[in-house]
Amino acid sequence: MASDTVLATEIRGLDTLETHVDGVSLGSRLWHGIAPKVVAVAIVLGLWEGVVLLGLKPEYVLPSPAQALSEFARQLGLSTFWHAVAVTVTRGVAGFTIASVIGLALGILVSRSRFLRSAIGSLITGLQTMPSIAWFPLAILLFQLSEMAILFVILIGAVPSIANGVISGVDYVPPTLVRAGRNLGASGLAMYRHVVLPAALPSVVSGLKQGWAFAWRSLLAGELIVAIANRPSLGAYLSNSRELGDPAYMIAIMIAILLIGVLVDTVFTVVDTAIRRGRGVLVG
Amino acid sequence: MTQLTERAPRPVLAAGREAVTLRGVTKRYAGPRGALALDGIDLAIQRGEFVCVVGASGCGKSTLLNLVSGLDEATSGEICVEGRPAFMFQEHALMPWLSVLDNVALPMRLAGRTRADRQDAAREFLAAVHLAEWSDRRPHELSGGMRQRVALARTLAMEASVLLMDEPFGALDAMTRDLLHDELESIWGARGLTIVFVTHNVREAVRLADRVVLLSSRPGRVVEEFGVDLPRPRRFEDPAVTAASGDITAALRAEVARHGV
Repeated sequence: MASDTVLATEIRGLDTLETHVDGVSLGSRLWHGIAPKVVAVAIVLGLWEGVVLLGLKPEYVLPSPAQALSEFARQLGLSTFWHAVAVTVTRGVAGFTIASVIGLALGILVSRSRFLRSAIGSLITGLQTMPSIAWFPLAILLFQLSEMAILFVILIGAVPSIANGVISGVDYVPPTLVRAGRNLGASGLAMYRHVVLPAALPSVVSGLKQGWAFAWRSLLAGELIVAIANRPSLGAYLSNSRELGDPAYMIAIMIAILLIGVLVDTVFTVVDTAIRRGRGVLVG
Repeated sequence: MTQLTERAPRPVLAAGREAVTLRGVTKRYAGPRGALALDGIDLAIQRGEFVCVVGASGCGKSTLLNLVSGLDEATSGEICVEGRPAFMFQEHALMPWLSVLDNVALPMRLAGRTRADRQDAAREFLAAVHLAEWSDRRPHELSGGMRQRVALARTLAMEASVLLMDEPFGALDAMTRDLLHDELESIWGARGLTIVFVTHNVREAVRLADRVVLLSSRPGRVVEEFGVDLPRPRRFEDPAVTAASGDITAALRAEVARHGV
């Protein structure tokens, strides 16, 4: 088979010429990821310090960055602070988990059924535009000042985003992949498992990410409004700090809320980037 | 059937078993102004035969393959196919989230074969298209020609006896396409496949086919069939390939001109 060896060599030569490997080192990727964020934080602190130095507001209303940050550092050493963080994060994670289960199931159901889609498809989008805080009066009537009231509003806020992520992901699955899948022998559930859902995954992840953002906002709004006795939480502390007239404490709690939000968002971004890089839709 | 050369037909064809048969196949698309895509197609393709279907735009070449593959249904007429045919598309249609190996193994996974079994088999199919050492890569890391070869390996992994190919090399550069012609021809010969290959490139059809079927446009009808009995392996630039292409191109042009009157 001399001619076949020639063919194999020619083909291998062409393959080598047509593929190229390029990579960016981890160090440089980290630097490019972190450096801009450090600069952004420095700019914000600088502006804040500037406003304080101008003396537009008295110090008992607007503390300096140094005062707020040292209060934040002090809070990090207090068990009451960590207790509140634990309560708030537990509520957030529990609410988000339940919202994910409901949202994913609802999304799959609606994307599969033409009837369900025309029946509740636009309702889901409509719910998304409704500010979650507007649900609290109803939630409190239904569930009084309880965990259920907070959970209800988290679900109302997060479920539509998560379901929409699934629906739009399924809608934009390339038709060629579905045709190929059908020819390869996939149908019904197997088509969903091996073609449709993996293809929709990036959109599902961005739906989850948006769902988390809604859940976190609804949760903090809820903790400000629905104070449950003997239950410390970041929202309750925030409310306390206003009543105590302690702005450094208030800003320290706000920093904690911001950091937790950013941390979770980073997790989603890392997952999203890994998925997109694996599929070659992300350069670099 | 017009015979382009004086040679006797290949003995494989004389075995006389048909792998694909179409009788009076008509396809009209749905809707009040539904276009008639195919009109009364009669076509018999022998087991082991390599048939190319050529025609201008709108001749329903792709529709024909969709009907034979079962991805679409004929309005009327009868289609018989030996087993479930494998389909190779113009776009590679590989799953971007699967490695090259898992893409090739996918049809076997859907058929319920065990992991070890299907991975071993997938490695062999990848070796057949000279891509054994690329099995762990993702499709996006390969060149266009390599992706089409992965798609070819995946098509082979369906272990179908009939292969339907819809302009699979249409988007490739000439050098890559030439090598893929060689590769496809040797795989077809080694495995005794029946291939129905759609293309708008007459010379490509003559390079590959035992028989070239010319379809008319709007609606698609079989205008003429040309037997190509040049010795294999052929080359795209062989003078005999050029000469045979000339006749078919003339017929194709006459067909196109009919729509300009």
